[in-house]
Amino acid sequence: MVTLTINDEKVAVPEGTTIMDAAKEAHIDIPHLCYLEGLESYGACRVCVVEVEGEGRLVPSCMRPVREGMKVHTHSARVRRARRMIIELLLANHPSDCFTCERNQICELLKLAFELGVKEVRFDGEKPSYELDETSPAITRDPNKCILCGRCVRVCHEVQTVSVIGFVNRGSETMVSTFMGNGLGNVECTNCGQCIHVCPVGAIKERSAVDEVWAALADPEKHVVVQEAPAIRAVLGEDLGLPAGTLVAGRMHAALRRLGFDAVFDTNFTADLTIMEEGSELVKRITEGGVLPQITSCSPGWIKFAEHFYPDLLPNVSTCKSPQQMFGPLAKTYYSQKAGVDPRKIVSVSIMPCTAKKFEAQRHEMTDSGFRDVDYVLTTRELARMIKEAGIDFAGLPDEPAGELMGLYSGAGTIFGATGGVMEAALRTAYKLVTGKELEKLDIEPVRGLDGLKTATVDVDGLEVKVAVAHGLGNAREVLDEVRAGKSPYHFIEIMACPGGCVGGGGQPISFDLALRGVRGQVLYNEDKALPYRRSHDNPSIKKVYEDYLKEPLGEKSHHLLHTKYTERERV
Amino acid sequence: MEKILTKNIDKPNSQDIKVYLDGGGYKALEGVLTLKPEEVIDEVKKSRLVGRGGAAFPTGLKWEFTRREKDEPKFIVCNADEGEPGTFKDRVILSNNPHLLLESIIIGGYAIGASQGFIYIRGEYFEEIKRLNKAIEQARAKGYLGENILGSSFSFDIQLYQGAGSYVCGEETTLFESMEGKRGQSRERPPFPAQFGFMGKPTVINNVETLCNVPAIITNGGDWYSRIGSPDSPGPKLYCLSGQVNKPGVYELPMGITLRELVENHGGGVKGELKAVLPGGVSSSLLTDLNVKLDYKGVREAGSMLGSAAVIVINKDTSIVDVAKNTMEFFAHESCGLCTPCREGTRRAKEILTRFANGGGRVEELALLLELGEVMFDAARCGLGQAAMNTTTSAIKLFRDEFEQKVRK
Repeated sequence: MVTLTINDEKVAVPEGTTIMDAAKEAHIDIPHLCYLEGLESYGACRVCVVEVEGEGRLVPSCMRPVREGMKVHTHSARVRRARRMIIELLLANHPSDCFTCERNQICELLKLAFELGVKEVRFDGEKPSYELDETSPAITRDPNKCILCGRCVRVCHEVQTVSVIGFVNRGSETMVSTFMGNGLGNVECTNCGQCIHVCPVGAIKERSAVDEVWAALADPEKHVVVQEAPAIRAVLGEDLGLPAGTLVAGRMHAALRRLGFDAVFDTNFTADLTIMEEGSELVKRITEGGVLPQITSCSPGWIKFAEHFYPDLLPNVSTCKSPQQMFGPLAKTYYSQKAGVDPRKIVSVSIMPCTAKKFEAQRHEMTDSGFRDVDYVLTTRELARMIKEAGIDFAGLPDEPAGELMGLYSGAGTIFGATGGVMEAALRTAYKLVTGKELEKLDIEPVRGLDGLKTATVDVDGLEVKVAVAHGLGNAREVLDEVRAGKSPYHFIEIMACPGGCVGGGGQPISFDLALRGVRGQVLYNEDKALPYRRSHDNPSIKKVYEDYLKEPLGEKSHHLLHTKYTERERV
Repeated sequence: MEKILTKNIDKPNSQDIKVYLDGGGYKALEGVLTLKPEEVIDEVKKSRLVGRGGAAFPTGLKWEFTRREKDEPKFIVCNADEGEPGTFKDRVILSNNPHLLLESIIIGGYAIGASQGFIYIRGEYFEEIKRLNKAIEQARAKGYLGENILGSSFSFDIQLYQGAGSYVCGEETTLFESMEGKRGQSRERPPFPAQFGFMGKPTVINNVETLCNVPAIITNGGDWYSRIGSPDSPGPKLYCLSGQVNKPGVYELPMGITLRELVENHGGGVKGELKAVLPGGVSSSLLTDLNVKLDYKGVREAGSMLGSAAVIVINKDTSIVDVAKNTMEFFAHESCGLCTPCREGTRRAKEILTRFANGGGRVEELALLLELGEVMFDAARCGLGQAAMNTTTSAIKLFRDEFEQKVRK
């Protein structure tokens, strides 16, 4: 242990602790901007500087390890002056469009400017006028708002190992850019959107479809159908004044009806359907000697990652479309027929925790209904803003179920939103498919939780099925490299692009707190326990869709509507 | 004073190994190979040699810290990325006495326990790069580089790295980043290069001129060396004299001579009437007193810094506002862009000074510049930003009236 003094208070912390962390022991939360828990310290913004007695200059507390006997002052006059001026310098180079900015209520720069007492900006000079990066169907970047904290660069490189953004140029011309300035839409960006979560300002956001959806809702000729991903119900409340960890499935359906959607269904239904198809595919691969391990395909960020970085493993990836893209064609065929609505009039909207879903909906393969299967994808954040715009008292809404035809769901479908959930749901059904018996113990604990890589062996009536779960693309690389090397012991691997799974998706309320993502995931596990059906194959609406329309898993109709193929994409 | 650093350079083909050997070259290395590495370090410590790149850190200590590190391999890197405006001293050695540098690096490598050395050279030093490469070949051919040097168990080689034109890459941690193929951005210290240098390994990084003192220290002893020049920081110094002076150039003179001796006795006096002098390049503060002693302590006590001893003379025909503007243009251009104070501070200072230079300054901006200078000194990540405002700040303090004349009417 190292003992030091912080503002005349003695604290003892383990060797290697930074001053910033040590200060927490003295009840001081040192202001910071480029520092973010979960990423390597970078020391660029210099907001977290503190005074250390005996040193000629201020030191960045996020990077400096403590030393025995060190005397630190975290808010001396010199420190406060430096911090204020640093913020002033950032503001001098920042667009003053806070009224209309995406981050209006949650901007870290704005908050710091207020808290640190910046009263005027004495520097006036050139401000940047860069073009926006609007090359991606999922994410837009505004370099003019960028304060060069490097968090997006670090999350892309360190956590996701995708590394499509980096710093270019130098001095005041420094900016975050993609390879040759080609734009996010033209590089290996997986559209995961973790960069949005870490951005302290409004420099990165999803490409919004709010206005298009409002227009569809206002059009009497259109019949607007909506689905909501499993992870929405665990998180939406956070942006609408409810405490984290609140399940809002019923209020979510109620709010969507009040927004004017003509049919409110639920992606959890097609999550159950995915399990029927993907579980059958797994059993087929295992029993008929297909390519193993089978890897899940629900996460479109992961799919694009695979197409760029692991094209040799595409045969391992399940051919099942994601639940969003299973819902899309069914809405314009099955539902259209059942409801007697002309599919040309149907506008299919999905509410997703995900920015990559916007990309996925636009993939050229996704037109198996004869139309664009999913027309618009809204993130959780976008839906929350629509609910606010409409003045809906979300907290006070009654619980309403989704429409039964494509909205009844099992607990297996709902846990898709947490890392390990797809695996657990698939095992519950695969067990039945292989053995004809029901799995007794439904909670498969080893695949739950926030460890980057989780493994389990499940005894399926004598057959030892080995499974692995990875969330976050950096963690995914570990299992994928094993597969590539031919050393993977697994039969089935779940990969989610985002840390924590979909509850941590790039479209969720802004946060990079992994622990919070754990809390959100627990909401889904709790709902699973409380639902009348906990296995996808028990869901009556699933039975019905097969009886009335699809006939059988992996059958001809399924093959046409619910399965897809992948394409190798270039590396730039 | 007998020349140590520029010895033999007036001879024809002084860059050739034959000329170097004729002048007693590589004798120090031969001697070193009979000593223990610790003995070599002791001799350098005794000499009280300090770094000539600007920071004036004791060289022997730096070597000792690195030698004591457990991690392997260790590296020695020579910083030849001479890029500060007004600095052209290392170039003289690189061009005319490259073997002195090679011998010095080899000795350093032996002392710290490295088997690989590097020279990171300014990219624009085209001719010097050719000469160094030639010199490395010659040294290999003669067995001064390579396996089992001069029959000893010591093996060592040197590789040249060419910079790509960025001034900040001369900052030692930035230089490592550049060598590793990364963006030219400084690292946070600690850890220092002795623990975490090139490729994260213990590394000694020394300036060209610093290293080139070592053979003479080995040959004549650290005590002998410590008696040269200033008692505070002994040894010879290469002074780069430029600006409005009659005989600009590189002068090898003892540490601790006065500015007056340099400018008047050696430099042939000021062209016109003296206004001020930058004793350590554009990162230093202006001096107006020629009686300042040119060693690290003397210049520091006078309120400036000796830096790499780029002495720039400014006469009364020159606008000090222009001088300040000029330096800020340089730093704004060379800032790596990583830390806020330097990236944003240098450009705003440049904008303000440009307005002043055009007669459009605002009087309250003088206080703002002074405050900015203090914040940049306090909070910028590396030496570039920390020192970028020194010239401007001193200009405002010493010549405030010149700025006030440029205030918008």
